[in-house]
Amino acid sequence: MSETIDLSMFVEPGDAGASHMTLAVEGVACAGCIRKIENGLTKLPGVIDAQINFTQRRLAVDWRNDEIDAARIIEAIEGIGYRAHPFAPERLEADEGAQAKWLLICLAVAGFAAMNVMLLSVSIWAGNVSDMTQETRDLFHWLSALIALPAAAYAGQPFFRSALRALRARQVNMDVPISIGVTLALGLSVYETAIHATHAYFDSAIMLLFFLLVGRYLDLAMRRKTRVFAGNLASLKAEFAHRLDANGELTRVPVAALHPGDRLLVRPGERIPADGTIIGGTSKIDESLVTGETLYRAVGAATQIYAGSINVSGALTMRVTAAGAGTLVEEVERLIEKATHARSQTVRLADRAARLYAPLVHATAALTAIGWLFAGASVHDSIVIAIAVLIVTCPCAIALAIPAVQVVAAGALFRSGVILNGGDAIERLAEADTIVFDKTGTLTLPEPRVDETTGIAPDVLEQAARLALSSRHPLATALARLARERSPYAGAIEEPGQGVRALIDGKEARLGSAEFCGVAQAARLAGERDTGASFITFAHDGNVAAIPIRQTLRPDAVAVAKALKKRGLHLVVLSGDRPAAVAPAASELGIDDWRGGLTPTEKIAIIEQLKSQGRRVLMVGDGLNDAPALAAAHVSLSPITAAHVTQAHADALFLGDHLKPVLRAVVVSRRARALMKQNLALAAIYNLFAVPLAIAGLVTPLIAAVAMSGSSLLVTLNALRARLGPEFGPELEP
Amino acid sequence: MNVLIYLVPLALLLGLTGLVAFLWSLKSGQYDDLDGAAVRILPDDDMPSR
Repeated sequence: MSETIDLSMFVEPGDAGASHMTLAVEGVACAGCIRKIENGLTKLPGVIDAQINFTQRRLAVDWRNDEIDAARIIEAIEGIGYRAHPFAPERLEADEGAQAKWLLICLAVAGFAAMNVMLLSVSIWAGNVSDMTQETRDLFHWLSALIALPAAAYAGQPFFRSALRALRARQVNMDVPISIGVTLALGLSVYETAIHATHAYFDSAIMLLFFLLVGRYLDLAMRRKTRVFAGNLASLKAEFAHRLDANGELTRVPVAALHPGDRLLVRPGERIPADGTIIGGTSKIDESLVTGETLYRAVGAATQIYAGSINVSGALTMRVTAAGAGTLVEEVERLIEKATHARSQTVRLADRAARLYAPLVHATAALTAIGWLFAGASVHDSIVIAIAVLIVTCPCAIALAIPAVQVVAAGALFRSGVILNGGDAIERLAEADTIVFDKTGTLTLPEPRVDETTGIAPDVLEQAARLALSSRHPLATALARLARERSPYAGAIEEPGQGVRALIDGKEARLGSAEFCGVAQAARLAGERDTGASFITFAHDGNVAAIPIRQTLRPDAVAVAKALKKRGLHLVVLSGDRPAAVAPAASELGIDDWRGGLTPTEKIAIIEQLKSQGRRVLMVGDGLNDAPALAAAHVSLSPITAAHVTQAHADALFLGDHLKPVLRAVVVSRRARALMKQNLALAAIYNLFAVPLAIAGLVTPLIAAVAMSGSSLLVTLNALRARLGPEFGPELEP
Repeated sequence: MNVLIYLVPLALLLGLTGLVAFLWSLKSGQYDDLDGAAVRILPDDDMPSR
């Protein structure tokens, strides 16, 4: 059956019959790959340009519509030996890209101004102790003003805008004292220059902006990097559905392009691409990603099925429907909405510091002015000293203290397979004292694995595994993982819903249900021995084997659970699966606090209860049924195999078959939080020295410049320590 | 000190040239693929084949 592929949603029309498409490419690792793909594509007739962005692992192709089309280009890339997935850029990513560019321009302008103003300032400082005439100094001050004023007006925009937004909402953020400080410093300097004074603070104001912009840019660059990576992953995972058109033809369409009312064909072994109802066929489906239940559910006409389930046995025809009232999806969405509303607005460390900081700084400056007035200083001198206090206390170090640590910690997490959705997740991860795990797909591997194979001869197992390569049934896929010889048997035939058969050494071999292999007795014997597993039966030449396949724990789950407990975390397992299936997993992990058979509502209720006991809950889950709990918890993690809705509500995603990233996330974020506090303390100590000097009226522009850059460098260097230290702790170190 | 009359504008002009050069390089997409530039230098397609 030939299928047409509909890629129109990924293709952007260009001018004069040309089109453009962006693809995420797998496996591009070196210069050779870039050249092979780019040269291979540009040689094709009709391709105008092919350009790989190696940093983002993305390929941009332009072509003329009358000579080649998108599907043929993807085929060509596959012919070269790479897999490419069409990519629909998210709006958020594009917005952040534009913002990053703007910040970088502001940074460049501030950097240029800081260098040139400093050039003039150093001359003035040198001249002040030698023989500079007043006219020359005034000229230099005016020149500084000429550079600093327009530069600050341009490069200060990110702060001014954010401060205005906060003030309009009747709030104070870090940008309010920054904006006030910079504006006052510049205004005072212009006035001082006009009255031929010795000191002006153009250099301090502009340097302050430069350092702060570095912090802002780092923060955004970190978020962009993870966003790009997550976008690629999403498109690698993006699935295609087989749509049955009105005339009975099949079209492969991206899942994102499905509409309610579309009819779809779901073959055995495929994932159900959208929520809907069955209109034809019967089958069993694996709903572990939806409900956590590991036993298959029998479905037939008019049954409601959910995206993410796997069709196990028979071909199904379904109609895509929007989630109707009373369905699981609708309930989950309602719960998520409620949980997101209820989520106590956690105040970020930086904002907390800002709230404390702004009134304190402004009060100190005001008191200084009043104090000097009372002490008999002139109005002019009092104001100059008060503004010097504002400049010196401007939160240069504080504004760098937290983003710098976040960037370094997020980088360290990224390298060990944890992708953060936002920088503030680090703080909340560090605060967690209770971890709630979902079982299916989180503590256990997302796909079932072959369990106990003792009593089965190795060569029989190898034959079975190699035969399993020819089947798309989930149990066979698990078995096929064991095959050492990766080529399937020639002439193997799959009987949908029953099994696969082939000739091995001239005799027929069968793999599938016990009935299909004609050995019902063997399966029953195996069933008595072990209730938690599913069995796949293999029969060949008198050899019969019932191979148990079950959800197994992630390989390092036990060690990770132990290590987490050692760090004082209370572990809980909340599963939607049967209690009988949860108990063995919990006892193997040494977790006493577990519950099975829970609905999404009950999961939330338990999390709320833990929260009301004053616990900070880290929820780790992957199923659709976990999504509300993830939204309700203090902080949340999901494996990359999780359902789409669930991933969207997790603060971070982790990759791979191991549970180690959870431990890593806790360890790194705790270290990062300690460093953030250290940095805030360093900034406070700096103020402890600088503020009395400023109040005493002893701060010259030179001292302000040295103190500000010194403290900024100190906190940045301290932040780099977030990547030092042991990876996991002694028990998991290789 | 009269030398300042052309030295200072000269210094500023040099600084501005740097800024403009940076903005131009940013606009022409030279920072879009930093890792790519590092590896693209390796293959020698431009060498005559031996």
